[in-house]
Amino acid sequence: MSNVLVFAELRGAEPKKVSFEMLSAAKQIAAATGGAVVAAAIGDGLSGLGAKLGAYGATKVFVADGVAKYSTEGFANILAGVIKQENPAVVLLGATAQGKDLAPRLAAKLGVGLASDIVGYRMDGNKFVAKRPVFAGKAFTEVAYLAAPAIATVRPNVLPVGAADGGAAAEVAVAADCGCAKAQIIEILAGASKRLDLTEAERIVSGGRGIKDKANFKILEDLADVIGASVGASRAAVDAGYADVSMQVGQTGKTVNPTLYVACGISGAIQHLAGMRTSKVIVAINKDPEAPIFQVADYGIIGDLFEAVPLMTAEAKKLMA
Amino acid sequence: MNIVVLCKQVPDTESKIKLLGDNSNYDQEGIKWVLNIYDEYAVEEALKTREAGKAAKVTVLGLGPKRCEEALRTALAMGADDAIHVEDAALDGADAYATAKALAGALKGVDYGVILCGKVAVDDDMAAVPQMLAEMLGIAQVTVVSKVEIDGASVKAYRDIEGGAKEVVQAAAPVLLSATKGLNEPRYASLPGIMKAKRKPLVKKTAADVGSSAAENKTQVSGWSLPAARLAGKVFKDGELADRVAQVVKLLREEAKVL
Repeated sequence: MSNVLVFAELRGAEPKKVSFEMLSAAKQIAAATGGAVVAAAIGDGLSGLGAKLGAYGATKVFVADGVAKYSTEGFANILAGVIKQENPAVVLLGATAQGKDLAPRLAAKLGVGLASDIVGYRMDGNKFVAKRPVFAGKAFTEVAYLAAPAIATVRPNVLPVGAADGGAAAEVAVAADCGCAKAQIIEILAGASKRLDLTEAERIVSGGRGIKDKANFKILEDLADVIGASVGASRAAVDAGYADVSMQVGQTGKTVNPTLYVACGISGAIQHLAGMRTSKVIVAINKDPEAPIFQVADYGIIGDLFEAVPLMTAEAKKLMA
Repeated sequence: MNIVVLCKQVPDTESKIKLLGDNSNYDQEGIKWVLNIYDEYAVEEALKTREAGKAAKVTVLGLGPKRCEEALRTALAMGADDAIHVEDAALDGADAYATAKALAGALKGVDYGVILCGKVAVDDDMAAVPQMLAEMLGIAQVTVVSKVEIDGASVKAYRDIEGGAKEVVQAAAPVLLSATKGLNEPRYASLPGIMKAKRKPLVKKTAADVGSSAAENKTQVSGWSLPAARLAGKVFKDGELADRVAQVVKLLREEAKVL
């Protein structure tokens, strides 16, 4: 009744970083609920998950091996089975493409509540209370639960990863699903970008209307290559056709949370700021000294991005060498 | 085949969000209310499907107070055929679960092959009602859809996942699809469309009709807060650009420690 279950999402056969972030949080939650941290993983050709997840606090790992493809219904069925057996107080999933698709379906299946994309939590006695942004971060709310288990998806890159000092967890095999979901993935089309998704990126270089042309994103790509960043864009840049919609940061795009956000030729509309204001450090490069982006930037450079960004790339190259 | 589109009325994304004095909710005074942008993509896709002869009728379904009629009328003005409005004070403060249950109740007896909706409402950002509704109806779901081919009972949807990659999902109707940006360019309501919308059928349903209310809530939202203000930092505007850039890069390493 008091355990905390983490759905350890995998990339291939390896846990995603958010899985470790959730396990580390689960350790603290379980300390308050008086339970243990358990994990569940679904995938194909899995091995060593007991040790990998145990290091971050899991004491038991439910493993459904032989599931080659994601399906909402299949994954929800497997997890619902584990939850009914284990009866945890709290269930955490990553607020990733998969977790966001899956968690509400799972909650409805179990007849319980959900808080999406949480960025924090507190314990009210032994009750879990989630903190989450609304209006893309223009405000926050707290969510208390009226039914158990409390289910939440956790935004990647927010909660700290604790020490990997735990011993190997026991692995418990769980039957794979029948694979008979009503919706089936028939193909996965790779993205044009080999970079980390914006929602998981540690560093982001973003371009706005000031970039003026799709081809000019090359200079942002060059900087991103040097500092190991992903490349984003403002709504203005996407709507003008300069950038793919998957790159959009803001209230109608992605909400991002990197340690470094470099905004190039972005004026800083309220809906853009909503999507990136929780970045640890913001650098703004803009010709217009009145641009609102400077009001949130830690470091502002007033100047032409077409000169400033290549200079920054050259400086960073010297530094990173 | 008929299509149902879920429509929510939300504050315009340019709205500044202020809180009530007791932090129990946001202040709705002076808010400009609009049809959720992602729901506009859903309405547009439904209309395109009907215009291509692949669907017979487009019904829009919304839940909320009286003012939500405007959002439904917007969808009707774009070209939807009729509307269902679930309006009842007993649903004030309904969470995602109670809302999904109400929508499922409102769809009883409605003939549909596809349910289209936005991937998220840009107010509470919960992105949960579509998936919960699909589960309650026992139908397939594909969320975050940026391209779809609907041909009778066969639906092929392209779902955006991380890093610009897409999952191609095959499903048979009935299926719920949640739309994301890139699916289409929503049309504007024409003046004749707006005039016609006033006469299109809009059916009201109560909490009792749909069998849900805020008493079905599984979560309780409280404690609103605003993010800590970000203070403006150092702005480098004088001197050689190369020197200023070099200074910032140096500070990123030595002061901010992020490079």
